[in-house]
Order: sequence, then C-alpha cells, then structure tokens
Amino acid sequence: MDRPNPVTPRLLAGFGAAVLFAAVVPHLVSDFTSFQFTQAMAYGIALLGLNILTGYNGQFSIGHSAFYAVGAYTAAILLYHFEWNHYATLPVAALAAFAVGFLFGLPALRLEGLYLALATFAFAVATPQLLKFDALEHWTGGVQGLFVPKPEPLIEGLSADQSLYYVTLAVMVFLMAVAWCLLHSRSGRAIMAIRDNPIAASTMGINTALYKTTTFGISAMYTGVAGALSVFVTEFVAPDAFNFFLAVNLLVGSVVGGIVSIPGVIFGGLFLVFVPNFAQDISRAYPFVPPPWAIFGIFLILAMYFVPFGVWGAVERGFAWWKRKSAAGR
Amino acid sequence: MDLFLQLTLAGLAIGSIYSCVALAVVMIYQATDHFNFAQGEMAMFSTYVAWTLVGLGAPVWLAFLLAVGISFLAGVVIERVIVKPVENAPVLNQVIVFIGLLVIFNAAAGWIWEFTIKPFPSLFPEDLGFKSTLIGPHHLGVIALTLGVLALVFAFFRFTRVGLAMRAAAANPDSARLVGISVGWMLALGWGLAASIGAVGGILVAPIVYLEPNMMAGVLLYGFAGALLGGVSSPGGAVLGGLVVGVLENWVGQYVPGGSELKLTFALILIVGVLVFKPAGLFGRVVVRRV
Repeated sequence: MDRPNPVTPRLLAGFGAAVLFAAVVPHLVSDFTSFQFTQAMAYGIALLGLNILTGYNGQFSIGHSAFYAVGAYTAAILLYHFEWNHYATLPVAALAAFAVGFLFGLPALRLEGLYLALATFAFAVATPQLLKFDALEHWTGGVQGLFVPKPEPLIEGLSADQSLYYVTLAVMVFLMAVAWCLLHSRSGRAIMAIRDNPIAASTMGINTALYKTTTFGISAMYTGVAGALSVFVTEFVAPDAFNFFLAVNLLVGSVVGGIVSIPGVIFGGLFLVFVPNFAQDISRAYPFVPPPWAIFGIFLILAMYFVPFGVWGAVERGFAWWKRKSAAGR
Repeated sequence: MDLFLQLTLAGLAIGSIYSCVALAVVMIYQATDHFNFAQGEMAMFSTYVAWTLVGLGAPVWLAFLLAVGISFLAGVVIERVIVKPVENAPVLNQVIVFIGLLVIFNAAAGWIWEFTIKPFPSLFPEDLGFKSTLIGPHHLGVIALTLGVLALVFAFFRFTRVGLAMRAAAANPDSARLVGISVGWMLALGWGLAASIGAVGGILVAPIVYLEPNMMAGVLLYGFAGALLGGVSSPGGAVLGGLVVGVLENWVGQYVPGGSELKLTFALILIVGVLVFKPAGLFGRVVVRRV
C-alpha cells in the first residue's frame, strides 16, 4: 500500500470521472460553496507536498505552514506592491517556496526523524514573528497584513468564485499528475528507497543527499503554490494565519486522507474545510461539547490508533479485500 | 556594566525555567527516545490548575505543591492511557499523537479558562529583606527554587532504588525487565516526573509572561534549544543548556539590532545550528550505530 497505484484503465476511468464530476460542481452549488471547495483544493495541493515528503520520502515536517506562508506572501507582495497578474505570481511563488525548502533541506540532511520534526517545529513557531518583523514591514504589511483583490473571471459568464474554482482545479489536477509521474519514475523509486532503507539506497548508488534536499524543495514548492492560491481565495494575508496550528492542520489533513497517497489529499482538503465548521456549529449549539480544536486533537490520536493509513488507505484496503474475496469465490 | 549584569542575571532566571522544561523533555527522551511536543502545553495546563486553586483561596505555595502533584498523576495517566497504545508504532505516528495532545491541551485551556491574559501571583514575597538593583525578588526566587528542584531530581535518580530502577529501564529495557523492574510503570513514572518538573517551570514563568493558553510556545522552543545545546542524552547538560540559552536570549535581545523582535527566530537558528554543527550537544554522547 505504500507505493502509488500502477496505471490501469480502471484508474484512468475513475480519475476522468472524478475530474468531470468536479467540473460540473460549481454549476450545481452556490458561489459560497464553490469558494469552500476551492479552499479545500488549495489545502489538497499543500497536502500533496506534505505527502510526497513524509509519506513517500520518510522525512517529517511539522513546519509546512512556513512554506505555505512563503508562497502566500510572495504572491501577495507581487500583487500588492507590483500589481502583477494573479496567475503570473504562481510560478514565482512556487520558485520562492522551492528555494526556501531546498535551503531548509540542507541542514535537514543531517537530521533524522525526530530531529527534523523538531527543526521544522521551530521553523513553524518562528514564522509569524518573522513576518511581523519591523524591517520587513514595508513589504509584508506587518501585523495588519496585506489585502489583495480577487482575480477577475477568466471566461465571461462565470462568477469570480467559479473561475477561481476552475483554475484551482486545473492546477491541482496538473500537480497531481506531476506527482504521480514523479513517483513512478526512476527518481520516484529512489525517493521511496531512501524512505525504506537509506543505507541500502546509498549503496545502490542513489545520491541520498541530493534526493532528500530536492524532495524537500519540491514538497515546499507544492505547499507554496497552495499558499499563493489561498491568497487569491481569501484576498488577504496576515502573519498569525501562518502559525503552528496551520502546520498541525496540514498534518491532520494529510493523516486523514492517507499520508502515503495521492488521491487522499482531496479527502484531507475537504476534511480541513468542512469539519472545523461543522465542529464549530456543534460546539456553539451545545456548550458542553469541547471546542473544534480539541475535537481535532482527539480525532488525530484516534486516527493513529485505528486508521493510521487514512481514508484512501482504507479505500485501497477495502478494494484489495474485495478483489481477494471475489478471486477466492471463483 | 550594570545593564549587562542585570541582563545576565535575568537571563539566568529565565534560563533556569528553560532548564526545567529542557529537563522534562530530556527525561522523556532518555526513556523513550521521543520528544514530547506536548510538554509545554501540559505545563501551561498545570499552571492553570494552580491559578484555579489560588482563585479558590489556597495559599500560593499550597496551590503550587498541589498543582505539581496533580501534574504528576496526570502525567502517569497520560502515559498509561494515551501514549502506551502507540509505544511500538512508527515514529511519525507517535509524533502525531504528541501533537494531538498539544492541540487538545491548548484548546481545552482556552475552552475552560478562556483566552484572556491573566496575571499570576509570584511564589516569592516582594520584600526579601534586602534590596538589589541587579535582580528582582521573583527572578532570585526562580533561580533558587529551580536549583533546589534540580538537586532533588538529581538525588532521586542517584540515591533511591526507584530512581535506579528508572535509569535501568531507560538504559536497557530488556535487562531491566529480566531483573524484575516493571519497565512500563517506570516509563509512566518518568512521564509523571516530567509533567511535574514542567509544571514547576510553567508556574515560575507565568508571573513573567502572564498566564494564557499560548504562553509556553516560546518557552518550549527555548527548552528544546537548551536540551539540544546541552545534549539530549545528558540531563545535567540540558540544565546547563537551558541556562546558557536564557542568558544568550537576553544578550541577543539587547545587543543585536532587531534581536528583541526575533527571539523565536534566534531559537530556530540555535536549534538548527546545534543540530548541524554539534548534533550530540555540548555534553551528549555521540551515538554510533552499527549497520
């Protein structure tokens, strides 16, 4: 289960159906719901980055909020100070996040498992303070943050929210395909070999240092693109949105969807957008129910006990069980 | 020169709080090879318990002792109930459980006591019978009390049978089990002790940073930095590391431009720097692994 699925006609058909379904959604639901789905997809892209790093390469990060912030602030600064076209900021945000991730990956090379978790934890905790730093205030807007406009609809007849939904969907599908190709390539096998047995991998001639830092960079890049898209959606950046709890959020989404999966990120993203709202409604209606964050925490621990492979892992296991059963019945 | 001395002494006081947190972290690390990311939030929760007890009319010292005792029990229960099921799970799963705990304590504190900032009384009298312009009474008390606590912890591990058993369980669980030590309960005991030492740190830092659910984020980060600087395999080193980090923090805040605003970044640089250049810390053992 810890390898990406091989490409089969059935997989392609399922993927196509899912994309088609996603394409009609904004015409079936309200603008606000499309907006929420867009947010979920932006989270999904960030989770994809985390899954590549943690699920497939075996490096921890509980600091991906920092890379999300890099992407978001790059886009916001280009939009606010230089009045760039929205979509032109995406590649720049991706590059900026890649650079920061790659550089952070350099010291991370010497850190294994827990130590890396610790270093990324420190990065996540320090990020909001860095963004508020006086010397950068001219660019970052300090504590107040920056307001940016929503992108204009690309096609006439679509609302701004619908148009953004399609753009985010396209970016997500593209990035999922890229991730899938990457993980099925020679490099992808090297990435997973490093996770499974770093020493054996290096004796096979894999340059573990290069692969690990590059994977860190790619992961940060995905998360940075997600950050930039989230700015288009929310039209606003502020330092405290990128605190440690965002990093926890990303980890939760990743674990819920299935950390060693590509399609799982969709479930993770949907979970992150809809479950907190739902939990908030409940805890508002019934004062004795603990707040959403506490429920999140309980959920996280219970998931680790019972379904550490996440939603997609459960789907795959169910499917494998069904196949075995029908083969035995024949 | 006065300013420099003031900074250094205040740094030592803050640093001794970091030492407490660092020691708590190292204690769990030694026994289980894991960093407890929830250590700071557990300490914060303990501090709220003490605050509630004070509010109910308990004298500050009684509230302090009770809170430390309650934290000990809570630590034991958390290990037995929440951490034990993932004892043999992959590292990632364990880290996620710790983060779950962190989030639960943080949210629960906000839920029970709200997010407003609360003043917390100092354990020490305003008037110590002498005056000093170099250090305030609370800071002096903090240094004295933490040194006392650390001496107690040292004596416990060095001179009692239980302390010896705990060390044995951490050093070599299999052999310890063979000579009749209940390794599982020693772990739980370690968690209890770590929780109470953390509680001491929380209650001492609360009068300085004020009581609120997020008060320990920075302290925990500095605690980690101290633990790493001293060496995660050396409790004494962790204590010293905490003190050094406290003093450095104050110096950087004063003498480096922008330093006072970027204290957390400084902790980040320190952590990454130690991990990259001296991963075993100043006093830690270098671990050599057989392939």
